[in-house]
Amino acid sequence: MIPVLIGIAFIIFFIMDFTPGNPARLILGQSATAEAVEQLTEEMGLNDPFFTRFFRYLYNSIVHLDFGVSYRTMKPVFDDVFTRFPVSIYLALCGMVGSTLFGIPLGVLSAVKQYSKLDTVVNVVAMTMVAMPPFWVAMVLILVFSLYLGLLPSAGAATWLHYILPTITLTLANGSAVLRITRSSMLETIRMDYVRTAQAKGVPRKVIIFKHAFKNALLPVITTVGYIFGSLLGGAIVSETVFAMPGLGSLIVLSIKMKDIPVVMASIILLALSYGVIMLVVDLMYAFIDPRIKAKYQRG
Amino acid sequence: MAVADKNKGIALKRKGKVKEFWRRYKKNKSAMVGLVLLLFILFCAIFANVIADEEAVTRHNPEVRRQGPSAEHWFGTDIYGRDIYSRVIFGSRISLTIGVLSAALSLFLGGILGAVSAYFGGWLDDIIMRIMDMLMSIPATLLALTLVAALGSSTTNLVIALALSNLPSFARLTRSSMLTVVDSDYVEAAKAYGARNGHIIFKEVLPNAMGPIIVQTTQSVSNMILTASSLSFLGVGVQAPAPEWGAMLAEAREFMRQFPYMIISPGIFIIITALSFNLVGDGFRDALDPRLKD
Repeated sequence: MIPVLIGIAFIIFFIMDFTPGNPARLILGQSATAEAVEQLTEEMGLNDPFFTRFFRYLYNSIVHLDFGVSYRTMKPVFDDVFTRFPVSIYLALCGMVGSTLFGIPLGVLSAVKQYSKLDTVVNVVAMTMVAMPPFWVAMVLILVFSLYLGLLPSAGAATWLHYILPTITLTLANGSAVLRITRSSMLETIRMDYVRTAQAKGVPRKVIIFKHAFKNALLPVITTVGYIFGSLLGGAIVSETVFAMPGLGSLIVLSIKMKDIPVVMASIILLALSYGVIMLVVDLMYAFIDPRIKAKYQRG
Repeated sequence: MAVADKNKGIALKRKGKVKEFWRRYKKNKSAMVGLVLLLFILFCAIFANVIADEEAVTRHNPEVRRQGPSAEHWFGTDIYGRDIYSRVIFGSRISLTIGVLSAALSLFLGGILGAVSAYFGGWLDDIIMRIMDMLMSIPATLLALTLVAALGSSTTNLVIALALSNLPSFARLTRSSMLTVVDSDYVEAAKAYGARNGHIIFKEVLPNAMGPIIVQTTQSVSNMILTASSLSFLGVGVQAPAPEWGAMLAEAREFMRQFPYMIISPGIFIIITALSFNLVGDGFRDALDPRLKD
């Protein structure tokens, strides 16, 4: 995990190095003299070669846990990052729960009734949902529920009401992934021999679907749900921006535009770390849920 | 003579394959809907200057600002009095170009990396795939955003950023679908008669590993179009006054309460385009390999 994080740090550091504009100029503003800018550039060590700067960054962040100060606010980066991260976590959780509640029941239903009218309708809806750009969905939702009906707030993250429209947006964008994987995984398990055996010995249909098939079809669904959570943490940029939520995504957009490199670095490293942890948890859950995997570990 | 006969045999076989493919594709209703939608968007893009007025795309027309849909302006006019219909139609050129080019570039680069990785294996495989893992743990939109910011906002840079941020998934897919082919007997045979590495990769392995790759490329076009419009919406993609759908929506956002029609048509066109590529991609998958269907 550590080498991966260092690699990511290197990639982002490298990319941000290309960004036009001098941070010293951004800090001092347009009115500052060229000498003042040059002096600050020197003080910040921005004139050093690329690798010197990168290794200094690595050294400071690993040994002193010092990720620098934001060029925009001049406060330690984590002041901003940590106040905003919870908002992104809540939002990602809401999006994940919404997608799961939407995707699993419909996925099971359309698999059980394969080739029925319901199956077709569900598939058409799912396909259309993937094709809708999230920012457009967000705008339409704001238009209808905030501006016309006045039911829900359109900006901020102060109360749980603020999370409703973003959650719908994220559910529409990610729910169909859960739906499709549930459907195809269910279709696969329904054709298994043990399901046929259960049918043959006269087990009620409901029991077969939920006890025999669904439980076994769950594994790939869990991976997808975990992946959605991981990618929503940093990938809900657009929703955060449209709904003006003070999350990590909107902070990154702002910081990239302002060339606030320390904040961008810290945020992306934090996101990658969370992503890694989430994927690890998903793997561990496998062992928890699937007795076959658990048995393998216990024997080994 | 013998050579000519052999070539004829191959040509026949290929034609048979295409026919068989089309026969299976035709039967798939949603795939046909996708194809019709795709042809519609292609028509808009190719004949944009015939069915719409190129001048109206950027011409400011203060007398007809913010007019709702009418016989003269089918989709209404925007805050500068530009004809939204013309802008949306010409926007299809931009979005299709970005989507297709970035998917192709991503496929090309990712394909090479994946192919090299699968074919040579060992430490080279390890290094390439570790780098891909790193890139994958940064959300693609975020990576693309960072890249565009670094390279500067322009259509070319947007294509490069999209291609690079989707490269890992192509590399992975090429690698995995090639690995299944690399171990097969005919590759063994080619190695035995002393074919060069390049020949084996491009003539023996790739054509046989193509199916999943074609499907993913088609679907990633739709992904790229959606991401491109998101980035333009955030203000780092295609720059105004170009009629990119995402950028148009960003402009209309402030005024959507009073003029909701401004956000309808660009949104619908994005959906149609993305949907068409997804449906066609699904259709390809089912027609290329019926076993994969559900």
